[in-house]
Amino acid sequence: MANIISDETIEYVGILAKLELSETEKEQAKKDMERMLDYIDKLNELDTTGVEPMSHLFPITNVFREDVVTNDDKRESILANAPEKKDGSFVVPKILD
Amino acid sequence: MSLMNMTAIQLGDKIKKGEVSTAEAVNDALLSMQKVEKDINSYVTILDEQTIYKRAEEVQKGIKQGEYTGSLAGVPVAIKDNICTEGILTTCSSKILSNFKPMYNAEVVNNLLKAGAIIVGKTNMDEFAMGSTTETSYYGATKNPWNMAHVPGGSSGGTCAAVAANECSYGLGSDTGGSIRQPSSFCGVTGIKPTYGTVSRYGLIAYGSSLDQIGPVAKNVSDCATVLETIASYDPKDSTSVKRESYNFTAALRDDVKGMRIGIPKDYFGEGLDAEVRESVLSAVEVLKNKGAIVEEFDLSLVEYAIPAYYVIASAEASSNLARFEGVKYGYRTEQYEGLHNMFKKTRSEGFGAEVKRRIMLGSFVLSSGYYDAYYLKALKTKALIKQAFNDAFSRYDVIAAPAAPSTAPKLGDSLCDPIKMYLGDIYTISVNLAGLPAISVPCGVDSAGLPIGIQFIGDCFNENKIIQAAYSYEQTREYVSCDLCR
Repeated sequence: MANIISDETIEYVGILAKLELSETEKEQAKKDMERMLDYIDKLNELDTTGVEPMSHLFPITNVFREDVVTNDDKRESILANAPEKKDGSFVVPKILD
Repeated sequence: MSLMNMTAIQLGDKIKKGEVSTAEAVNDALLSMQKVEKDINSYVTILDEQTIYKRAEEVQKGIKQGEYTGSLAGVPVAIKDNICTEGILTTCSSKILSNFKPMYNAEVVNNLLKAGAIIVGKTNMDEFAMGSTTETSYYGATKNPWNMAHVPGGSSGGTCAAVAANECSYGLGSDTGGSIRQPSSFCGVTGIKPTYGTVSRYGLIAYGSSLDQIGPVAKNVSDCATVLETIASYDPKDSTSVKRESYNFTAALRDDVKGMRIGIPKDYFGEGLDAEVRESVLSAVEVLKNKGAIVEEFDLSLVEYAIPAYYVIASAEASSNLARFEGVKYGYRTEQYEGLHNMFKKTRSEGFGAEVKRRIMLGSFVLSSGYYDAYYLKALKTKALIKQAFNDAFSRYDVIAAPAAPSTAPKLGDSLCDPIKMYLGDIYTISVNLAGLPAISVPCGVDSAGLPIGIQFIGDCFNENKIIQAAYSYEQTREYVSCDLCR
């Protein structure tokens, strides 16, 4: 069955993805996503009853270490990449009045 | 003759014996770049000459003092631009990272530097490795050195083109769905995608974390095995890093396939495969048969489900991984905005290209409440079935032989207009990533248009040595063919 992506859905996905799309981009995104989902729906042909979803290929365990600092203070070099910085911190727009 | 015509090991050997200096080696790499780079565009960043020569001098001294004893000491290397290099621009070929200079090296870069490598530049790629042609780069497409009207493949197209055009001795790429093997095939060079967990992902800017692996690209199998041996390591900084019993990949450089069981998946040779590619790959298999390999056709099954499963999983992981780019800690920030959320949205919308946005949107959708089970979990279950199909195959075969791509390199611009068509080009490489397997692409011919063809050998997890041995044995029957540009 052909997938239909509504205006509300594309709006909602835009919020989740933190993307602001122009009207033309939105129309294109709807078309692209409909086509991709139609294609992905091919997976429904497969009977996966009783199959465990495979997140990891190999048995995986947490990597633990002692909680000790091993790196030096790299604040300056980290901040060197910041678009805006002040007094050793990242600057972001005001979020509370 | 340019020193760049040699393989990495040949050059390393000459440097070690003192027949050639490290300065002469980098000089020839720089000369090649001057000659072809303006046309090919393999690099996003070429290091300034002073830095390169300074490093060359350091390494020369290190060799003399016995600090660098390996076969790659002094050999010029190109690094894909999604691998972090301290103080050196690392853009992922995206606008959003156009000014990003990492404050640390990826583990693979440290491993290379410890072996005396000389980094000459950072190579072009599809933006965030999303693409199969290197055309989605913010910094312009890379051209195929064999024919500049064609793409080099992708996403590691810059690395593969740089190796093919003699702009470095070898390079590093990354492979999430075929991004090392397919461009290697298109550019007539050799590339390995290692078993998941073999090479540390620390410092690799993530696309699909459960699929990504860094691997070598070079002129031949011996170079690739040597580079893989150098970059592979257990790394506690990468939680999916695997402590392997052996990292001795060069031990597999043996010309012997007697009794080796090679499976040919019928499903990889059917509809959609170019006739010339098919013929070339099957004649390469015939060569191994004549050398004593036992060749058998079989049904792998599930092949057509790999691409849809991949795009769900990779896009889902991408939507999460790329959430970190919001204009606060690094990279591009939009000029004008009202408040925090508007800044995030504008920064990301202006900073990402169309293909990246497409995948972030799809990924956000398949992970969203109400669709998670139907798409994401379904894809993970499909992945389990694909893994099982490979397990069955490897209970019968040592190695699977297949094409690396259904055709030779397409023309520039041909793939971009139809994303699904472009995605279908990854049909022979993508399942390997879903199942975490090692695979190698080796040149096996040239089509009537003069474009290279590659054969892919796929092995079971941790069986790099079997595919290296098969590829090496085949390679002994065929000389490395360079493109006209290098002759």
